[in-house]
Amino acid sequence: MSQRLFVKGNEAVAMAAIEAGCRYYFGYPITPQSDIPEYLSRELPKLNGEFIQAESEVGAINMLLGASATGVRAMTSSSSPGISLKQEGISYMAGSELPGVIVNISRSGPGLGGIDASQADYWQSVKGGGHGGYHIIVLAPASVQEMYDLTMLAFDLADIYRTPVMVLADSVVGQMKEALVPNPRPETTLPEKDWVVRGRKEGTEQKIVKSLFLGDGELEAHNWKLHGKYDVMREKECRQELFMTEDAQLIVTAFGSVARIAKTAILTAREAGMKVGLLRPITLFPFPTQAYRDVTGQCKKILDIELNNGQMVEDVRLSVARDAEVHFYGRPPGAGSLPVPEELFEQIKKYY
Amino acid sequence: MQQVFQRPVSLKDVPTHFCPGCQHGTIHRLVAEAMDEFGVRERTIGVASVGCSVFLYGYFDVDVVEAPHGRAPAVATGVKRARPDSFVFTYQGDGDLAAIGTAEIIHAANRGEDITVIFVNNTTYGMTGGQMAPTTMVGQKTSTSPYGRDHAKDGSPIRMAELLAQLGGVAFSARVAVNTPKNLMDARKQIKKAFRYQVEGKGFSFIEALSTCPTAWGVTPIQANERIGGEMIDYFPLGQFKDTAQWKPQPPPPAPVEQPGALSFPEFMNEI
Amino acid sequence: MRYDLFITGFGGQGVLLAGNLLSYAAIIEGKNVSFLPAYGVEKRGGAAMCTVVIADGEVGSPVIGRPSTCVYLNQTSLDRYGAKVKDGGVAIINSSLVDDSGWSRDDLDVIRIPMNRIAMDLGDARMVNMVAAGAYAAKSGSVALESLEQALKSVLPERNHRFIPANMQAIRAGAGAVQG
Ligand SMILES: Cc1ncc(C[n+]2csc(CCOP(=O)(O)OP(=O)(O)O)c2C)c(N)n1
Ligand code: SF4
Ligand SMILES: [Mg+2]
Repeated sequence: MSQRLFVKGNEAVAMAAIEAGCRYYFGYPITPQSDIPEYLSRELPKLNGEFIQAESEVGAINMLLGASATGVRAMTSSSSPGISLKQEGISYMAGSELPGVIVNISRSGPGLGGIDASQADYWQSVKGGGHGGYHIIVLAPASVQEMYDLTMLAFDLADIYRTPVMVLADSVVGQMKEALVPNPRPETTLPEKDWVVRGRKEGTEQKIVKSLFLGDGELEAHNWKLHGKYDVMREKECRQELFMTEDAQLIVTAFGSVARIAKTAILTAREAGMKVGLLRPITLFPFPTQAYRDVTGQCKKILDIELNNGQMVEDVRLSVARDAEVHFYGRPPGAGSLPVPEELFEQIKKYY
Repeated sequence: MQQVFQRPVSLKDVPTHFCPGCQHGTIHRLVAEAMDEFGVRERTIGVASVGCSVFLYGYFDVDVVEAPHGRAPAVATGVKRARPDSFVFTYQGDGDLAAIGTAEIIHAANRGEDITVIFVNNTTYGMTGGQMAPTTMVGQKTSTSPYGRDHAKDGSPIRMAELLAQLGGVAFSARVAVNTPKNLMDARKQIKKAFRYQVEGKGFSFIEALSTCPTAWGVTPIQANERIGGEMIDYFPLGQFKDTAQWKPQPPPPAPVEQPGALSFPEFMNEI
Repeated sequence: MRYDLFITGFGGQGVLLAGNLLSYAAIIEGKNVSFLPAYGVEKRGGAAMCTVVIADGEVGSPVIGRPSTCVYLNQTSLDRYGAKVKDGGVAIINSSLVDDSGWSRDDLDVIRIPMNRIAMDLGDARMVNMVAAGAYAAKSGSVALESLEQALKSVLPERNHRFIPANMQAIRAGAGAVQG
């Protein structure tokens, strides 16, 4: 058996970043993601990398923009209030078609909110949190192993599509420790970065990384191009986990930590003879619409569970077969109260 | 005989959440005393920042607005401009004021906002677990400078009191400490002076208070206090860096009220 | 098999270390495990707690509403979380610090172990967490004591390896107290 480590989700993110070849990190302290910068401030200098604690999240995301424009793999991480500050920079990166990885170990809001785990950043993440009508790829890990694997994937997807990619998790996944197999970086064929700024050598073309397009029709064409990329992502990059859905009469759908909690509730239901399954989207953008359409061909009852007041459920409703019913259970996090399997089992019974 | 340890009325009679040996509490008390002295409690609006002092409203018996991280001087600007009769102070940590909020503090100071800023410099981000701050000493180990702050990479600690003193809008800027009875007495005086500036409408006043964070520094309260008197005051000298009553331009006389029909051009047309 | 455990006490009792150790032992045995510490708001007032799930297959939820075993290291823990143990579950109580005479749960298998005294007799009061870990391992059968010893080597920094024999004594004493 390969080596199994016992690490925190946040540390798995940092380890994966290093394995993926990321040597540049820019960030600003915020709970509950500080393990990531703390780990990288220790490890990056040993690898001749750069760790910069920026003056703010606005500073950090713009450092990422600059580093990425030179072609290196780079990242930032934060938590909800800090991610709000980064939205301007993310919009500019999306507009400038710059790769980069942004990790959001989200917490509860709005405003300063609290530091409890929350999934209330779903909309902000998948609907283009900043201005201008763009998307970024959003990956939602549910285990420490996935924190590692999806962070690794995030760097590849960012380079392949020249887009910011977000890893969206919460403190359950971030603070939890589990077994981790630190897989080596996969061999992926990546497009050549012929667009990066490196200093124009005599006889070479000038490179410009920008999001301002003032020429006739230029901006429109640029937007069509971006949205063409989003269509390719929708077609090729949807990922989801299906668990006991074949014979299910009720399918629970949830992402990240909540999907984990729901899984135990589903096992309890199975023990009680109820045919319940789980559809867990792993990519939140692109949203695995087809998977919902497929499962609702057979199973007509969906129960969407979120740690918020109902966000992803809107995308679920748009995705399922017309004759499927979509129910919702969710709540904003309270002081220290996470949903527990017993609570979710009650909901399963209610809608089964 | 004077009772030295009487609780200022502007301060609530509740236990604080600060760690043992933390000087946030002492600084709170001095600020509350100054508030009492000038009798401004009832017209005070405090602006809380994000850091260990975020629960300002729990301790000060005054109205409080909670600002996003670093933005307290901008929020205070809004409060003061909207309610010029109020007494407005911000209370900010070094991460809040000297990192994420650098733009806000510089421009509020430069505009000469009639507010008082209490800046608590404990050379670290206390609340989030002791990461490096812009004021962290060179060589100081924190959770994000595990090898010690490196001057070549991270720059050197910012001396905010001196830096702000350069700005035209700043009327008063001083650095204080509360590590010894003498320094505490001086701090009390300086804070009152800073308050007087605002009470008399003389412009922006700034107090930098050196403070301990035994928790993040990983030392005992006594060792923390010793560090203030040692390496911190060496680098962050105490004293006044500016003490000039500002000339405040008188507001222009109110423009004559025009009749609706007299408006020719909508104002915003010029901005497009 | 699937085991879930909730350990609670005050900061300084080594609650998290005990949870880490049991988790690590399970990993050494090739099992799956999740270790979820409480942080932030729940931590207020110096309480420390963690939830550990050990499973042969998938762990599923790292969050457990009614754990089948709870370990209470101090009085406040029992007062606050006494209702948490699953009906018919197991409560392991540090009877040196916890008086459960006023506790009205007769559905449980309650094991009282004077952990502070045992640790002190072995020379160091700080080993309360090891006594607790040994007791849980023996009671549940979730991990072997040998795996705990191997885990200690991984959890403790090298410079503290000289304490391993003493810690193992505490672990065995905890295990013995369950059987005895
Ligand atoms: C936008 C944003 N980024 C980060 C944080 C997390 N955060 C909370 S307090 C704090 C720094 C506190 O340090 P300081 O201002 O020095 O105050 P102290 O706790 O030391 O008194 C940070 C980074 C936040 N709340 N909002
Ligand atoms: S962490 Fe530091 S600044 Fe915050 S209350 Fe404790 S000692 Fe004070
Ligand atoms: Mg500070």
